[in-house]
Amino acid sequence: MAVTTMIGARIHRREDPKLVTGHGSYVDDLRQVGMLYMSVVRSAQAHARIKSIDITDAGKAPGVVAIYTARDFKTMISGGLPVTESLIADKKYVPNQFPIAETEVVYFGEPVAVVLASERYQAADAAEQVQVDYEPLPVVVDFEKAMQKGSDKAHSDGPDNIAWDVKFPGGDIEAAFKEADVVVKERILQQRVFPLSMEPRVVMANYVPFGNQLTLWTSTQVPHFVRIFLCFGLGIPESQIRVISPDVGGGFGSKLRPYPEEYLAAAASKLSGSPVKWVETRTENLQATTHGRGHIFDIEVAAKRDGTLLGLKVTNLSDNGAYVGVFGALQSALSLFLAPGCYKWKAFDGRTVGILSNKMSTDPYRGAGRPEAAHLVERAVDLVAHELKMDPADVRRKNFPTEKEFPFTNPLGMVYDSGNYAKTLDKAMQIVGYQELRRRQAELRKQGRYLGIGLSTYVEICGVGPSAATDHVSGSISLVESSIVRVHPTGSVTVAVGTHSHGQGHDTTFSQIVADTLGVPYESVQINHGDTSDTPFGYGTYGSRSLPVGGISIYKSCQKVVDKAKKIAAHMLEAAEADVVFDQGRFHVKGSPDRAKTMGEVAFRAHQTGLPDGMEEGLEAVTYFDPPNFTWPFGAHICVVEVDPETGAVDIQKYVAVDDCGNVINPMIVDGQIHGGVAQAIGQALFEEVVYAEDTGQLRTGTLLDYSIPGIGEIPDLELDRTITPSPTNDLGVKGVGEAGTIAASAAVINAVVDALSPLGIKHVDMPASPDRLWKMMQEARK
Amino acid sequence: MIPAAFEYARASSVEEASKLLNKFGEDAKVLAGGHSLIPLMRLRLAQPTALIDINGIKELDHIKEDGHKLRIGALTRHVTIQNSSVVKDKLPLLAEIAGEVGDNQVRNMGTMGGVIAHADAAGDYPTLALMLDAEIVTNQRTIQAKDFFKDLFTTSLGPDEIVTEVVFPVANGPHKYIKFRRRLFDWAIVGVAAQKMNGDWRIGLTNVGPTPVRAKAVEDALKKGAKPEEAAQHASDGLNPAGDLRASPEYKKHLARVLTKRAIQQST
Amino acid sequence: MKHKVATTVNGRRHEHEVEPRLLLVHYLRDNLGLTGTHIGCDTSQCGACTILVDGQAVKSCTMFAVQAEGKSLTTIEGMAKDGELHPIQQAFWDEHGLQCGYCTPGFIMAASYLLSQNPNPTEDEIRKGLEGNLCRCTGYVNIIKAVQTAAKTMGGAEAKPSERAAARRS
Repeated sequence: MAVTTMIGARIHRREDPKLVTGHGSYVDDLRQVGMLYMSVVRSAQAHARIKSIDITDAGKAPGVVAIYTARDFKTMISGGLPVTESLIADKKYVPNQFPIAETEVVYFGEPVAVVLASERYQAADAAEQVQVDYEPLPVVVDFEKAMQKGSDKAHSDGPDNIAWDVKFPGGDIEAAFKEADVVVKERILQQRVFPLSMEPRVVMANYVPFGNQLTLWTSTQVPHFVRIFLCFGLGIPESQIRVISPDVGGGFGSKLRPYPEEYLAAAASKLSGSPVKWVETRTENLQATTHGRGHIFDIEVAAKRDGTLLGLKVTNLSDNGAYVGVFGALQSALSLFLAPGCYKWKAFDGRTVGILSNKMSTDPYRGAGRPEAAHLVERAVDLVAHELKMDPADVRRKNFPTEKEFPFTNPLGMVYDSGNYAKTLDKAMQIVGYQELRRRQAELRKQGRYLGIGLSTYVEICGVGPSAATDHVSGSISLVESSIVRVHPTGSVTVAVGTHSHGQGHDTTFSQIVADTLGVPYESVQINHGDTSDTPFGYGTYGSRSLPVGGISIYKSCQKVVDKAKKIAAHMLEAAEADVVFDQGRFHVKGSPDRAKTMGEVAFRAHQTGLPDGMEEGLEAVTYFDPPNFTWPFGAHICVVEVDPETGAVDIQKYVAVDDCGNVINPMIVDGQIHGGVAQAIGQALFEEVVYAEDTGQLRTGTLLDYSIPGIGEIPDLELDRTITPSPTNDLGVKGVGEAGTIAASAAVINAVVDALSPLGIKHVDMPASPDRLWKMMQEARK
Repeated sequence: MIPAAFEYARASSVEEASKLLNKFGEDAKVLAGGHSLIPLMRLRLAQPTALIDINGIKELDHIKEDGHKLRIGALTRHVTIQNSSVVKDKLPLLAEIAGEVGDNQVRNMGTMGGVIAHADAAGDYPTLALMLDAEIVTNQRTIQAKDFFKDLFTTSLGPDEIVTEVVFPVANGPHKYIKFRRRLFDWAIVGVAAQKMNGDWRIGLTNVGPTPVRAKAVEDALKKGAKPEEAAQHASDGLNPAGDLRASPEYKKHLARVLTKRAIQQST
Repeated sequence: MKHKVATTVNGRRHEHEVEPRLLLVHYLRDNLGLTGTHIGCDTSQCGACTILVDGQAVKSCTMFAVQAEGKSLTTIEGMAKDGELHPIQQAFWDEHGLQCGYCTPGFIMAASYLLSQNPNPTEDEIRKGLEGNLCRCTGYVNIIKAVQTAAKTMGGAEAKPSERAAARRS
């Protein structure tokens, strides 16, 4: 076995020196000779018929080269944006989305024309001068009303606003409720939020007619996925499209689909004969990059008097926006699959209704369905605890599967690979000083002060995904990840992968795996990703899958390399292969550690003549890894808040997170992922909400002046710890960690706020728990 | 986003700036720190035809003690006010307020005159100016603060009139500014300033109406011997704040009362 | 009408004729090719474009290039000297103070200003000093650590932990 000196080590990220010195290359840092700037004219109406588009004045503006509308693009782009429709088992109405509106705009910010000009500022000026004459149509904003019969329609030619209506039954729910001593019900809102990566989207396209070659630079999490759909949409063979995604300034799920502007920039380059760059402004980013969440959950919980959980009914109403997001249905489905959480229910019953409205599409945002699930089930458990006057920690413990009950199957048939839920909870409670906090809370309550302690014990699903399980939702797409591991003649190693880091530090983590597995110096390993021309096909980076799927693919390729190298080493050492041992990067003959060859020596030999009979030259391997199961990270977060009884201001006083993501490759990176995830969830819990005007459908939170993401003053110090329960489903025992913090934290914060206000009889608080909302609730409770 | 095109001229004196304003007409604007104006221009909510850059008029950047008055030049940056030992000594409330405007980068650029002339309802200096009966000096006249703030973003400045100085009284008695906000760097959802001066309290409110508000009823109640918590109940008398995404009108009125109580109680 | 703007950026002199409306950040990025300074918002909130102008941290998206006439500017590209990372850059690396890296140049420049004013800031002073910069990846935890570490290596005494800023909402 190889040395394990790198795996588990706190290695500083190799990505960082260029990034801290300003030498990163994000797409807007790149340019092409003769490049034109594209500005997108966007709808100022949420729902209207386009009567006419007048480009006369804009066309005369300085520097303008061309103005294109849907009519021009129709000649160039066929079909529409992809939707994973097969997720929607009982499909109702899924409108086709062409990248640019032709006759009807259906959301505020939808593209209606593009302007190409020589300079950035000229393109912006001319876009202002494009005159669009709209005939307003009724605007659908309230998505619950939109599902009613006779509602105004988000698309005037649609039958109604229902995209899907699907049930997910799991066990005998009626029996479970019959057995109940208590039933609690609640409506739990998951407000729309902006993913808001600090780098907005940027696209640069260069179409060269000679050879029908398209190069597209784009800030994306999924370069290969984008290429497939550009191939379909533009009719250019996939082999002649090169998608390059260099450094990406965050994504959080909002960059994991093809976007209209990618089609439009590519087509505009083809139409104009020039390279074209489009840089999304923050204002556009808020209008036209997918939003996250946007659900209503109605829940009913059945429990016994002793706290035993029996049954959970969940109805999910999902606000899709005007077009069903590429993975729009996925998050609703995941929110139900994971709604049972880490508890032993007798039965579960879920229903999801996807609803169209005149807004931007919702699509995955860090966690994609799992934060929603964790939030609702963690609120559900607290509601039961409150009803039964039990400590919420006790209710949780009572209903966890024990360590011995793994693999554990939830009521929807999801098989959790491994876990020890009580252990993370115990550890978190010990770190936070739970009993002492409860005593302090009682004291403060006597003084009229509201201290709250919130627990969240979550489980999540990562490592999408095993084809056997995803087949029916992915449309038979096998969600594998791939790698090529190539040992060069002089012993250094190039690894090419289909995943694509956008802040996660894959270059570092993957190199650690390779260095250990091949026994080569960490510094000699190069990781290529983000460019379709030198990487094998992959679905990209999302769903905390890059390590448990992509990383395992790398590990397996390395093993294949070792296997071949061992044969060559045996040949070199004139020993039987069975007698050769690979250890510490050296192949030696069993019992004779001095008779050894290094991987570098073997690699050189692999490129020389006289290899064993029938063996090809070279030392490289390819793996397409299809995992046998998902992975199931879990953990326990505890948040302590104090709510100002007069103003409703929430002060987070302490935040403890104990996570278990299986084996850890780089603890520093893992902690960083938790930090960021928790901060985003605190953002949703306390600060963030996308607001559209009820009457006009215009975006009221249209700039960062009006939309509040947490700043450095708002995130407390986060105390982290972990337990390690390896995943049995892969060679490295890893589970993935990219989304855990976001999945866990909103429930911890809101449970703490509710706990703080419970002396007033408040049982539930929706997000964001802003001071004005809490003040109003306190006022009403005190009446 | 990108501002619309405009003409640009640097003024080296107030007189020249005034002439340039006249020359470029009513859609010309003065550019000082630019931190209110430039974002509006980038969003194209403001499209001035010309900017007269007054940043080179060095005599507008000053802090002078003048008997019982403190004269702050219009171009004095927030950071200068925040760190000024004279201000800390003579009107510490102003130094504290300056330290709470925006963030470091904003405070390095933003100016006293800019905030006063912009007359944003959420501006902090206007509240202090109003409650302390400050004088706003322009190139043409001296205007009492109570006559200066007319409406939201509207002042009594004429088209070629430029704020040159804001004159505050010296006051170093107990004081407190509470800027209630959701994030450290946000503007005030509601702000309350309290200053004891010549034995009496002055109370000013930020962002509870189109202009800053002096809470006279609170001041009067305190004068009559009311306890802070009693007097503070009058903080919302006559207020009719507009609601926004951050706060309803009722909540703002409530905050005005609670924060007034706290500002008085916490004054040191 | 175009205006002349002559600046010194990272020690090198530049002179261009520019439109008055050219934002300083676009001047740096498009005219000078200094793409380390980033743009993350339209409204002066995010601080990704922070640079030093005559030693003062400013948001280069909220300043016109013409306003930089005669000034000395430092961007992220000017921080490392002779192939050695600046201690703040080193500290961001050591403490994992960045993930996607997009906001990082702005944070480093803002931190550089903060430490020039206050070589030994408390945790609260670091929060206050960097309030004009937004990050969506790190949760700020390691950014604070990075600034504390930088303060130590740059000669500030042991950075003091402090009471949390509970007073800010009073």
